Amino acid sequence: MQFNVPFFPEQASTAAKQVDYIYLFLVAITAFFSLLIAALILYFIIKYKETPGRKAEQIHGSMLLEITWSVIPLGISLIIFVWAAWLYVHMQRAPANSLEVYGVAKQWMWKFQHSGGQREINALHVPVGRPVKVTLISQDVIHSMFVPEFRTKVDVLPNRYTSLWFEATKPGTYHLFCSQYCGTKHSAMIGQVIAMTPEDFENWLASGKAEGSSASNGEKLFQQLGCVTCHRADSAARGPNLMGLYGRPVKLTDGRTVLADDNYIRESILVPNAKVVSGFQPIMPTFQGMISEEDLFQVMNYIKSMGDQQQGGPLNNRSYPDQIRENELRHIQEQMKQQETTPQKPAGKK
Amino acid sequence: MSTVNQVAIPKVEVMPEKHYLNDNYGIRSWLLTKDHKRIAVLYLFTITFFFFLGGLFAALIRLELLTPQGDLFQSDTYNKLFTMHGVNMIFFFLIPSVPAVLGNFLVPLMVGAKDLAFPKINLLSWYIFIAGAAFALAALVSGGVDTGWTFYTPLSSGFLKTPVVVLGVGILIAGFASIFTGLNFIVTVHRMRAPGLTWGRLPLFVWANYAASLIMVLGTPVLAITLILLVLERGFHIGIFDPKLGGDPVLFQHMFWFYSHPAVYIMILPGMGVISEIITCFSRKRVFGYTFIAFSSIAIAVFGFVVWAHHMFVAGISTYSALVFSLLSFAVAIPSAVKVFNWTATMYKGSVTLSTPMLYALGFIGLFTIGGLTGLFLAALGLDIHVHDTYFVVAHFHYVMVGGMVMAYLGGLHFWWPKMTGRLYPEAWAKMAALITFIGFNLTFFPQFILGYLGMPRRYHAYPEEFQVLNVLSSAGASVLAVGFILPLIYFLYSLRYGQVAGNNPWKATGLEWETTSPPPTHNFEETPIVTCDPYNYGDDEEVHVVK
Repeated sequence: MQFNVPFFPEQASTAAKQVDYIYLFLVAITAFFSLLIAALILYFIIKYKETPGRKAEQIHGSMLLEITWSVIPLGISLIIFVWAAWLYVHMQRAPANSLEVYGVAKQWMWKFQHSGGQREINALHVPVGRPVKVTLISQDVIHSMFVPEFRTKVDVLPNRYTSLWFEATKPGTYHLFCSQYCGTKHSAMIGQVIAMTPEDFENWLASGKAEGSSASNGEKLFQQLGCVTCHRADSAARGPNLMGLYGRPVKLTDGRTVLADDNYIRESILVPNAKVVSGFQPIMPTFQGMISEEDLFQVMNYIKSMGDQQQGGPLNNRSYPDQIRENELRHIQEQMKQQETTPQKPAGKK
Repeated sequence: MSTVNQVAIPKVEVMPEKHYLNDNYGIRSWLLTKDHKRIAVLYLFTITFFFFLGGLFAALIRLELLTPQGDLFQSDTYNKLFTMHGVNMIFFFLIPSVPAVLGNFLVPLMVGAKDLAFPKINLLSWYIFIAGAAFALAALVSGGVDTGWTFYTPLSSGFLKTPVVVLGVGILIAGFASIFTGLNFIVTVHRMRAPGLTWGRLPLFVWANYAASLIMVLGTPVLAITLILLVLERGFHIGIFDPKLGGDPVLFQHMFWFYSHPAVYIMILPGMGVISEIITCFSRKRVFGYTFIAFSSIAIAVFGFVVWAHHMFVAGISTYSALVFSLLSFAVAIPSAVKVFNWTATMYKGSVTLSTPMLYALGFIGLFTIGGLTGLFLAALGLDIHVHDTYFVVAHFHYVMVGGMVMAYLGGLHFWWPKMTGRLYPEAWAKMAALITFIGFNLTFFPQFILGYLGMPRRYHAYPEEFQVLNVLSSAGASVLAVGFILPLIYFLYSLRYGQVAGNNPWKATGLEWETTSPPPTHNFEETPIVTCDPYNYGDDEEVHVVK
């Protein structure tokens, strides 16, 4: 047993200090009010102890006091709310220059991959002094990625990306916990976050056995899975051109405009008919069950690498804005049917 | 402090000749009773069983956590222990505790009625509770369930192989018991108040139970719907929550907390009502700020319905909804603060005696204050990211639910025990038990705040070695706490036979329940009482409260 019990975990990220300040402020508030109430109660017990010959003085209340002890707690609450909300918003928005890492959680293991293609299990190496954004998805149930020394945490959901970011401030080995109960070995779903100096991190990346970068692996998958047959930049393209798609608004057939972010691209691959781009037909087959979460990350990285993000209004991403003619559509659908290996509407059936 | 003049009663009290306990004998007279007081006693026995069963699970959890390695139980067993501890304590002890036992016994007495509005539905509520409990116990003996009391999907709906459906059905059924109790209270308070008992003269215990009843009636159906959907998905693979079937797992959390957050107010509000009664009685004073305490109960009930997503700040909800729910969660803290200040102010210039119920009530105020204030840590968005799903949450919840609610329940049980049984418990033993409970409680749960901030996640079977000292402290405290809980069981049973006869009003308390005999007759009052003054008219001992 270690007997020197600290009151704080190590402060190892830029957010840690901010979180601790709010915590200390709240500890002070809690101590003040708890001691105030306790002191008043003790004082009243002693001072107004039942004594023969003295009767309690009947007091109905006081509007002034009621207002005072409603307004003061309300004021303090609002201060804490604004302060903590500001920090939350800050912690939700990863800086644009973040190093991107992808993580897959499954019962009961963490798998991470870097954009250089390096992969690791139950460990995550990161550099200090640079924001790192971890995009996460679960292969089964809900997990939660928690690094106490960084004071950060996010639930890892099946079927939807969530992310957290942090900037480590000192090299060291920190806890990686799953904090959302996830079945039998929940408490064994732990690992380490290893923060390294930028030089050490570069060396670590270089020594990792990576078979090509994440994006280049994604490109191979893009070919193998046949995505390229439709998603290409010429007149015969049956699907939207993906050049410069990532991070841009996309106009849909139903008139809505959505942002082409990680979750949109993932959904478009697995449930293509959920959101069909304006000017296109719902002809894309699903890739549900044909591509792993880790491969999806690679395809995503490839799509992200296709052209820089462009500014501008919502586009429908069609290189040639002609509508597919009715007879052409029938032709395409017949072709698709012949090649078909998976059912058109996967949701609910497996 | 040793002046216990309420025990040293000048004249020797005698038990009334006829009362609800000896009105009839035999098992039928109990199992088919429509008397709210007897139904309260049935509930008392039932939930006492579940309290100690849940406590046994807690003891085993604390035993396992003495060492960092998960070496006493298998992981699956440990997961079942904390699940069954939570389910037992929340659905089969805390939710029915004050309303179904003390509320059932006292609401009709306090409003001067002969019974609740629907006596048969009241009895039915107990039977439904027993049916629900039977399912829960069936799930337990057929191996136990390891979902956690929160049943998060898709783990519960698609992954675990334990009898989740059986337990879910049990909780679903037990929910109707609480709907029936709530319905009965609402109608009784509206329709059956004695002449002269205006809303402004209602005891605060009745106000608190009324507010809790509103939540029971409006919230519990949502729990029923959620559990039915869970059972449909698990049993018939209808995709609602599991993404593999086309569902949304976070939807479950929204639905679950839409009930389960208000449910914590079902648990705490009636306890707050108990405290208002005890503090006034043992300060010999009118309550400070009656209207504010009464309406803060209603405010808590209303606000309680719009804060549920504060359980989900890291579950991928949008930033804007997180901001709204955080703000609303801070707002719900204000009425609780108002209550604490008013209770404290009630003692000002009073004539204070530290009888056992008062010890529990003061313990409640202290622990609830800490429990409530640590709730602010969890409502604070940037801070919640760190403490969410750690032992900090466990500590906060137990400060409110055990330090608050269980203390209030025990305080209430001591306060009204003479009314329910006609006899007094041994005061010295009771005071000692209250003290032991208070010390044991803090020793058990205070270290968990620190553990949580250090980052120990909840529901961990094994944990890193650096957390051991605090866990050992917590487990040691739990053994003290257990003594504090077992003592009342012993001396209450002892008092049934050997306790001093209490008389109608051993505490010289106000309130209609003290105007009748202890134990009360089956029909509560010989004549319908007429109320002529405000509640808590302490001060003038000669003043007649009821004009017959």
